[in-house]
Amino acid sequence: MMFLPGNNPNLIMNGALLGADSIILDLEDAVAPDQKDAARDLVKSALENFDFGNCEIIVRINSLDTPFWEEDIEQILPLLPDIIMPTKVSDKAYIHELTAKMDEVEAKNNIPAGKIKIIPLLETALGIENAFEIATASKRIEAIYLGAEDLTADLRCKRTKEGAEILYARGRLICAARAAGIEAYDTPFTDVEDLEGLERDANFAKALGFTGKAVISPRHVEIVNKIFSPTMAEIEHAKDVYRAIKEAKAQGKGAISLNGKMIDAPIVMRAKIILDNAIAIGLDIGDDE
Amino acid sequence: MTKIIKPAVSGTLESSDIMVTIEPNGEPGLKIKIKSSVDMYYHEAILNTIKNTLEELEVKDANISVVDKGALDCTIRARVITAVRRAQAQDDNAAKGAN
Repeated sequence: MMFLPGNNPNLIMNGALLGADSIILDLEDAVAPDQKDAARDLVKSALENFDFGNCEIIVRINSLDTPFWEEDIEQILPLLPDIIMPTKVSDKAYIHELTAKMDEVEAKNNIPAGKIKIIPLLETALGIENAFEIATASKRIEAIYLGAEDLTADLRCKRTKEGAEILYARGRLICAARAAGIEAYDTPFTDVEDLEGLERDANFAKALGFTGKAVISPRHVEIVNKIFSPTMAEIEHAKDVYRAIKEAKAQGKGAISLNGKMIDAPIVMRAKIILDNAIAIGLDIGDDE
Repeated sequence: MTKIIKPAVSGTLESSDIMVTIEPNGEPGLKIKIKSSVDMYYHEAILNTIKNTLEELEVKDANISVVDKGALDCTIRARVITAVRRAQAQDDNAAKGAN
């Protein structure tokens, strides 16, 4: 997921070529208040006329406490972005107000109800505390996403590269997402030049359970893609798990083992997630599974 | 018909962008002035995109000058739309955004 400033044609038009699975066309923080109308027109024109290939299109809209968000929804939804990213989401009432507006605009434009999904951005202390109620507030919600810059300002602490100050928020957000059966995305690493720091941070986020990580620079795409994509060894192991299950079923065995270890439900689930992820990003996993 | 009531500007001078200035015209018709880094190759294409967008917006009388830095059609179109809306607006868009 790569952020692109909504008022920058150069970055927007090259967005599909930068290697990210998703691009986030940003109408919020990357756009000055007196340029909100220009950014909206530019994003709209790009969505109407430009081919973004297989990139998933996310539009980050302005917060519900601004005078811009309703116009964002009215102008952008008819162009069928895949996902709307609302900002500073604090509770389920926020989601309900947003989805009521999305329902209205979808109906007015003959768009199937609920077609356009939501990834709420949780970046306030209240939003983190309410993560589960937000994650379950609407069927449109595909994932929740942590925004650490605004969060640390709200927590009145300094944002560091090590990230100790956001460990609780990361854990709570992942737990809420998994409990709700949706995905969790990590905050960007904001030092564009520090690629080693990015690698450490992304590895840590993956180890915590995040599905992926947003980036603010094209330079970060390759490292983040590499870390969050399943490795060939993981894919092979997942395939071995499925082969072992198949063989055990054929032999009528109740208990299944692989390399001397019992295969239980969590191992099967992990194998399934790895293979699903590999297929989703277009990796060839062979045709025997 | 869309009436241009005050001068307005949109866009930037950054690469792949175009800065559009629109003003009320004292006489009927459109006067369009183009300065472009790719003028030799794309003058007609830029002119047509501006004219078509103004026609869709029903702007018949205005002075338009653009400084183009290699903008694609969809960028030119967006910047013209923004400039025309700003030139019609009675209120100050910036003041609204400052809240």
